[in-house]
Amino acid sequence: MKELKILGVVVFFTLLTYWGVEPYAHSVMHPHVESDGFKYDDLPALTKKGDAQRGAQTFLSAGCTGCHGVKAAGMPAPMDPNAAAASFGVNPPDLSNAGSVYDEKFLAALIKNPEHALMVEHKFSKMGRAYPMPAFYGVGGDKDQEVADIVAYLKSIAKKDVTPKEAYELACGRCHAMHYDNWTQIGEKPKFKHKKDELLFEAKVLEYQDYLTKYLGKLPPDLSMYIRSRGEHYLKTFMENPQNLLHGTAMPRVGVTAEAAEKVIEHMADVGDAKRHERTSVGVKVMIYLFIFAILAYLWKQSLWRELH
Amino acid sequence: MAHFEKANSLEEWLDQRLAIKTLRRVLAEEYWIPKNINFLWAMGMVLAVTFGILLVSGIFLLMYYQPNVKLAFDSVNYTIMKEVEFGWLWRHMHAVAASVVFLIIYIHMFTGIYYGSYKKGREMIWISGMLLFVTFSAEAFSGYMLPWGQMSYWAGMVITNLFSLGSLELNGLVEWIRGDYVPGQAFLDRFFMLHVLLLPLVIMALIGLHFGTLRIPHVNNQDGEEIDFDAEAKKYLAGNKKEAKVIRFANDFMSKDMFVVSIFLIFYFYLVFWHFDFAMDPINFDPADGLKTPPHIYPEWYFLWSYEILRPFPKDPGLIAFGFAQVIFFALPFLDKSPNVAPASRRGAFKYWFWILLVDMIVLTVMGKLPPQGIYSTIGLVAAVVFIGLWVALPFITKNEKAV
Ligand code: HEM
Repeated sequence: MKELKILGVVVFFTLLTYWGVEPYAHSVMHPHVESDGFKYDDLPALTKKGDAQRGAQTFLSAGCTGCHGVKAAGMPAPMDPNAAAASFGVNPPDLSNAGSVYDEKFLAALIKNPEHALMVEHKFSKMGRAYPMPAFYGVGGDKDQEVADIVAYLKSIAKKDVTPKEAYELACGRCHAMHYDNWTQIGEKPKFKHKKDELLFEAKVLEYQDYLTKYLGKLPPDLSMYIRSRGEHYLKTFMENPQNLLHGTAMPRVGVTAEAAEKVIEHMADVGDAKRHERTSVGVKVMIYLFIFAILAYLWKQSLWRELH
Repeated sequence: MAHFEKANSLEEWLDQRLAIKTLRRVLAEEYWIPKNINFLWAMGMVLAVTFGILLVSGIFLLMYYQPNVKLAFDSVNYTIMKEVEFGWLWRHMHAVAASVVFLIIYIHMFTGIYYGSYKKGREMIWISGMLLFVTFSAEAFSGYMLPWGQMSYWAGMVITNLFSLGSLELNGLVEWIRGDYVPGQAFLDRFFMLHVLLLPLVIMALIGLHFGTLRIPHVNNQDGEEIDFDAEAKKYLAGNKKEAKVIRFANDFMSKDMFVVSIFLIFYFYLVFWHFDFAMDPINFDPADGLKTPPHIYPEWYFLWSYEILRPFPKDPGLIAFGFAQVIFFALPFLDKSPNVAPASRRGAFKYWFWILLVDMIVLTVMGKLPPQGIYSTIGLVAAVVFIGLWVALPFITKNEKAV
């Protein structure tokens, strides 16, 4: 039929234009980076089997708790976020859930040589600065065994099913605010009764941000809308290895597991694309309505045009 | 005072006072449309419907949008997208309709060009259509400023800069347009005013004018045949519907319009719910930052072809070429010297002119998005020269066209 042929021509040129300005142009402007599935192949695998009980001891004697809290084991953070950031530039994370959010190879590598695992040598040793977390030199025994024990300990105390929000807070939240979720780098902004308390809190956030800015060279961006501005694929590959997409960035590799990365993304979508589930369900209903509309419109047209031809 | 009888129905009551039956007859039932037209003639109705969608969704967005450089981004991305019930729906509908309306406008324009629907009495249809195109462009651009994202800001910067007119360096004019040295509050306020008041008013007036221009020449048909509408209408009214070359606008052609509209709406709502990124540039989800230029600044897809006519030339010739591209379509009825009103396929050299123009504009569109480097800028330059060449050649190739 002639009209279908015409439709074919219209559709062809429309798709051609679309292909040119969207998939093709974007592939040229943003070279594609594939995810390695969070395997961290550059880091050595654990050779020793860790023992969680021994690990608990080693963890204490290694001095980790001098900087890190472990709330799950009844150990609060030794300093509040601002005091910690004043000393280190950034607030060291509470390690309660480190065992389930971070990859074990990454944790082991980080304990042995933080700068290397985090991929921030270009901002520290190579610039003559010391990374605030010291490398672990062992507590007298086989160092690989001790590291494996600490990792086993961290895994044993971690919640298996951290929520998307917890994953975000641990992996990203000490540097990136998310004001659409009321999240600041020093924690969730509470509801205040008195203006004065609110201002004091905000002053603390600003102070923390100043430390962070000094530490990283620039304040990390608020991630509220990043799910829309960067998209899932970019965020995932960026998290896996920031240097791949933004060479020289001060952002460390965060070392999350593939599963934790999914959760981080889910949280970012919950904040920046909150209505996506509703969008799909409303969409299906609208489509059903329109198909019925189209059928009725067609029947109406046929009934009138029978007399015209 | 006129004499009024007691009315027996609401229709009669209204008819006594407003002559609605006459109106209906003149505007719909006895507004005659050629039978020999295809679905491309429904694009005007699709455009009217899309404009309706833009208007209604825009009204809802306006209830929460804040035209303030500190609040605009969050009022859109937080309040409308997260807080307000179905705010996301209105926003996606508005943004996608704003993009899709240009696709339909281009289809509608190229339909007119293909069938020669811009000449021999139809010049005013074409000119009023072009006025709509220009006003829609301004409407789209001003709307794009409102979320105050990175692309709003930087596209606003780049486009208003054009008004310095190259070597004339009319920086005072640019500042006057912006109300400031750089885009800021004054800039946002005036583009807000243009977007929600002045330009929609102009568009509505122009749509009225466009419809008015159709009345006397009537719409064209697939063969460009000259129809005696009075004689054919008589046949129709005498019950000879099969032989008559005309049909009623309502309900005959409108039923087809509605079917085409329904197919269009399926396509449109598919985009709204599942494929909206092309119409909502990711970069614009970063808040405006005057200190951070995005690596690639490009306009929305529908402006790319004219942007690419600006870009490959040195500054001043580029601006002249750009100005040329903006206005040359207005002159189409006068540059086409052939008296033939016929589909391009039957018009000799014009046939090639049409397809080359179409492909050339698609090439320009794609090159306009790509970074202006290497082979892309060469292709862009060639395509821009071809575009200008086509218009220069048009009078010559149509002058000696054989009558069909
Ligand atoms: C949103 C804007 C517009 C609306 C609502 C609109 C609406 C319409 C309608 C309802 C018709 C009659 C039915 C049809 O042929 O589709 C029509 C015809 C026409 N329009 Fe538009 N139009 C718009 C923009 C334009 C533009 C941008 C142009 C070109 C520069 C244009 C050129 C024409 C021409 C040449 C015809 C006559 C077609 C023929 O005689 O076969 N219109 N328009």
